[in-house]
Parts: sequence; C-alpha cells; structure tokens
Amino acid sequence: MFENLTLSTLPPEDEALRPALRALIQEAIVDMPVHRRARSWQGFDAAFSRKLGQAGYLGLSLPTRYGGVGRGPFTRFVVVEELLSAGAPVAGHWIADRQSGPLILNYGTEAQRQFYLPRISKGEALFCIGMSEPGSGSDLASVRTRAERQDDGSWRLNGQKIWTTNAMHSDYMIALVRTSGTSADRQQGLSQVIVDLKLPGVTIRPIVDLTGDAGFAEVFFEDVRLDADALIGEEGQGWRQVTAELAFERSGPERIYSSVVLLDAWVRHLQAVGRTDTATHQLLGSLTAQQAVLREMSLAVTARLVAGESPVVEASLMKDLGTGFEQAVPQLIGDDLAAHPDEAIDPELYRTLLYVTHIAPSFSLRGGTREILRGIIARGLGLR
Amino acid sequence: MDMTEFTDPFTRLIEDICTPSAIREIEEGGNPAEMWNAFAESGFLDALVAEESGGAGLSLAEAAPLIGLLGAHAVPLPVGDTMVARALLSASRMDYPDGPLAIATGAGAVPFAATATHILSGTPEAPVLSDARVEKTGVHHDLDAFAPGLDGRALRPIAAVLRALLISGAAGRVLEMTVDYANERAQFGKPIGKQQAVQQQLSILAEQAVAARIAASIGARGGLTPRLADAAIAKHGASLAAGQIAAIAHAVHGAIGISEEYDLQLLTRRLHGWRLADGSESYWARILGAERMTAATSSTADFIRAA
Repeated sequence: MFENLTLSTLPPEDEALRPALRALIQEAIVDMPVHRRARSWQGFDAAFSRKLGQAGYLGLSLPTRYGGVGRGPFTRFVVVEELLSAGAPVAGHWIADRQSGPLILNYGTEAQRQFYLPRISKGEALFCIGMSEPGSGSDLASVRTRAERQDDGSWRLNGQKIWTTNAMHSDYMIALVRTSGTSADRQQGLSQVIVDLKLPGVTIRPIVDLTGDAGFAEVFFEDVRLDADALIGEEGQGWRQVTAELAFERSGPERIYSSVVLLDAWVRHLQAVGRTDTATHQLLGSLTAQQAVLREMSLAVTARLVAGESPVVEASLMKDLGTGFEQAVPQLIGDDLAAHPDEAIDPELYRTLLYVTHIAPSFSLRGGTREILRGIIARGLGLR
Repeated sequence: MDMTEFTDPFTRLIEDICTPSAIREIEEGGNPAEMWNAFAESGFLDALVAEESGGAGLSLAEAAPLIGLLGAHAVPLPVGDTMVARALLSASRMDYPDGPLAIATGAGAVPFAATATHILSGTPEAPVLSDARVEKTGVHHDLDAFAPGLDGRALRPIAAVLRALLISGAAGRVLEMTVDYANERAQFGKPIGKQQAVQQQLSILAEQAVAARIAASIGARGGLTPRLADAAIAKHGASLAAGQIAAIAHAVHGAIGISEEYDLQLLTRRLHGWRLADGSESYWARILGAERMTAATSSTADFIRAA
C-alpha cells in the first residue's frame, strides 16, 4: 500500500537555485530575532513577498504565458525548504503561491488566469482561503455562506467565514460557498467564488491568538455584489475542487518544518554549551532522523504532484505524521532544556521555545485536523 | 531497471516454498535444507554479487524490494543476510560456502543464526567467516541465536540497513493483514473497521509502515557501505515504527492475533527481533546525534540534505 511513495531526487537545476535565494532571504531576516523567524509561514512581510516575486521565486509551477516561472513542484519544494528553514516571513504570498494560483490555473477561465496569475507570480495579489465558518469547521460540507445568482448574472454574497489566515492582509479570498440547495444537501450545491476583499459589504475583524499575534480573522459578507465572473470553476463542483486544492495545501514541506527554527536554535545552544552526554545525542539524533525521513516523504508526495496526480491520501498521511513531529519538537526540547536547570539559556531561545510550544496545537488544526486526515487515510485504506 | 523481472519470480519462489506451515516447521526445529536449497538454486543469493564474479550485480537499492519480500513473507532463513555476506566476501575475493550465512554485529541475538551454517563478522573490507557456534536464546520458536566471541561491529551499519528493509517489508504485510481483518471481523453489527477509533489506529499503522519503508530506502541508497548517517536514519526510523506497528496490529486483531496458529505472530515476532537487532532506535539516534553535534552547520535542513 502507498508504494507509489518512493525516494525522489531533486533535479540539479532546482538545487542550483539555493545560493542566490539564500542571499535574498538573508537580507530579509538579518535583523529578525529568532522568535520572530519561528513564525515560519505565519510571518507577514508584503515587501519581502514582492521581492521574491520580482526575483522569480513565486508562481514557480505556473506557465510563463501567465507570468509564472514555468517550472514545477520540485522547484517549489526547494524554494519553500529554503524559506522555511531560514524562518523567512512568507505569509503574504503563501496561500496564493501554494494553492490559489494552481487552483485558478486548473479551474479558472482564460480571463481569470490572465487577470490573477501574473500578479500572483509577482507577489502582488495576496490570497486567503475562506473555508471555516462559525458552525462549520471539520464538517466543511455544512457551510452556510451563500452566493445567490442575480438576474443580471452577478452574485449576491451573504454569510461569515472565520479563522481565515491572513484575511486582513489579503486582496482576495477564494471562498467555499453554497450556490444552491441547503446545508442538508452536504457536498452538493457548493461552489468556489473569488471575493475582492475591498468590495462594499465585506468586514474583516482580526482575531488575536494566544501568542499575541493576529494571524487569522473573521470575515463578514453583507449583500456583497460579486461580478458574474467571480465563480471559479464549475457551479456545484466546489467540493471536488476544494478536495483537489487540499492536496496542494497538505503536501508541502510546511507540514514538516514548522518547528525547525526552534530545532536549529536548540542545536546552536547545545553546541555553544558543549554538551557531549548520551541523552543529548540521543534526543538530537532522534529528532534529526525523524526530520530526515519526513523530508523524504514530503519529497515523495511532491513527486506525485510532478507526475500530475492529486495525492490526497498520501498528502494526508504525510501531514499527520509531519505535524505530529512538529508538535513533539517543542515538548522534547522544553524537557531537555529544563532538565538542565543550571545551564544558562539565551532569553531569545526561551521566547522561541515558548512561542512554538503555545502555537503548536495549530499545526494539526490548520489544513485539516488530525482526526479528519486519519478519516481520509482510512478511506484510502478501504475502510470506509 | 524494471525490477518486476526480479520481484515476480522471487515472489513466486517464496510463495511456493515459504508457506506458513513450512515456516512453522523450521521454527519448531525442522531441517531447513530443502527450503535453503530452493533459494540457493534460484540464484537470488548472488543478487548483490558483482556480475564479473557471477552475480546479478544489483545495487542494494535495486535489491531492496527483494529483501522487503523476505520480510513480508516471514522467510525463516537468512536469505537477505546471505545476499549481503556473499557480496562482501566476493568483493574481498574470498570464497563462500553454499549454506545460510548470518551476520553478527554485537553481543545481542543474531538474526537467523540458529539456522545458519556460518556467521560473518569482521569489517566490510575484511570480512571474517566462522563456523556457526551459537547459543539458543530460549525464546519460543526463535530462529535468532547468540554468537559469542565474534567482533562484527564494523558490519553494524550495513546489517542495520538490511534489518530496516526486512522491517519495512513485514510492516507492509502487517498493514494489509490488519486492514483485511478489520474489514472482515464484525462486532456491534458491522465490521470493526467501520469504527472511527479503529480507523484512527489503522491510519497510524499506515503512516508508520510508509515511514519505515522510506527510512529503509534512505539506508539502501548508499549500497553495501552506507554512510553512517544514512544507516542511522534507516534503522532508527524502521525500529521506531516496528514497535508501534506490532502493537496496533495486535490491538486490532484482538485475541486471535496472539494465537500461535494465526499468521500475524510470524511477522510481529520478527518485527520485534529486527527492531532490537543491530542497534535499536536509541542506539542509532545516539550515533546520528553525535555526528549532528559536531557538524559544521546549525541548519537541520542542510544537515539532512547532506546525509
């Protein structure tokens, strides 16, 4: 089972991107404290996103005729690995680059592609995803936000999204909404629409999380008028489209590297204090070995994307394992550091540890909870 | 290379001669000669021996699916060990006997040593072959045995990779068996596999089986002299998975799974034995941790990419 997941090698031309990209990243993070870099893909810096776009590091898998770079998922793997490993502030373009761009390419009309994709590749069109609602979390098919077709072909949008990452910084939301039937119809009658967040009737309220960040928001729609071409893909096919989109959302290295800035800061600490004991080696080796296996798994899932597949089950499998590891890292490092109460630690390392410790529960919530992912895996195993 | 050219006939061979009853006979002390001769005559024992020395010249990565099949079918003889041992001996221009060869890398139980005629120790460059003088472990139906007085610690990395490949093969089969069982066994009026609690456990089992296979592949990519870090990642990952996989498989199977007549135990007893053989997850974590600590980079991503 899952024997399609095998070791893959990144093409040399993609590996070759690392040095120049590193220089660009260093410029952006040189003055950032470690606990800010530990924000990983939640750190927002619109100027840096534009800089990446100008330098050709966004829209990597989008065709050149739409302003993309015309390479593929392997190229994106390299770029994302470099960004996450350094803790670069990538939240601005993250969702557009990861999933909105590919979604518009796959399901959008020619006009939609021409309009959005070049700007996504330049880091100038920032997207968020409108999935969760107050009454609709893991049970995504129960969404109530509604877009009603008007006589002139336009749509009238009413409802509310919540926990929308980066909504307050975004230009557009791709929202999963009901366009026919009722929530009793479940997956039927759902569609995806692109909402310009500057339109009248859109209200965005940031939500502050337990670390003090306002990374997500609630978004209200009150009689928002959307043009006829706001529909993306086919009316009523929203569920199928979202499922394919989630394969992109769940498969990337961001599901294994969320704690890597902390891990690296801890390694620097161990090297600085000169630990040589067996217990330290064992924990360090165990975390390193698990990270190595997860990286190869993530690369193996990326290879399925390169092959043109939509590895929904494989991505779920990798994400569940990866986020479990990401969550174990702060627990184990915290235990290690506090097991050496007479060893001075840099307050910056402590801030990083506690930031990651506090935010870690989100790793297995965002992009689908552990329980939902395991349900998908179970279906892949033929159990449901 | 299309490996089905090798895996298809190898699968047929194993299914033909390594039936569960044949495996049990050997575990009960039966003579393994007939089964061994079938492997010897098949030519597969020289899979890793160079072509110019009369072998198939497969790389370890290419032979990995064959070793996985040995694990998946709970083959009770050191077929994979002999493949590796023959390749090392042949590369050192040493003759080797026709019988089963086990590999001893420490003071712990040596996999399959109870069925071996000879034990390999020494180093990859200078292997030493000794007559098998082994002590039974006393564990029920164990084919592993102690082989005291030999120093094969330099063979530990390649043996660990071999063990990881066996674990990964067995893990895949245990996953299939457990999913099948969950779909068949009905309680509360429906197959137990319809229960979310069981589905969640089986999902973890699937994740661990994939992780074990990927870990083992990392070990196999370096051939017969794996880099120490690759061997460590491979055996750490496979051993870490082995314990969890055996535990979940038995939990889902219930009492039937721990009965001698049911085949699951043939695989899970091996998973536990291979987990401990040639260094457990903690042993290899310490090896990798020591390398990591003195590495020039503070970036984990850079370190594992170089590994």
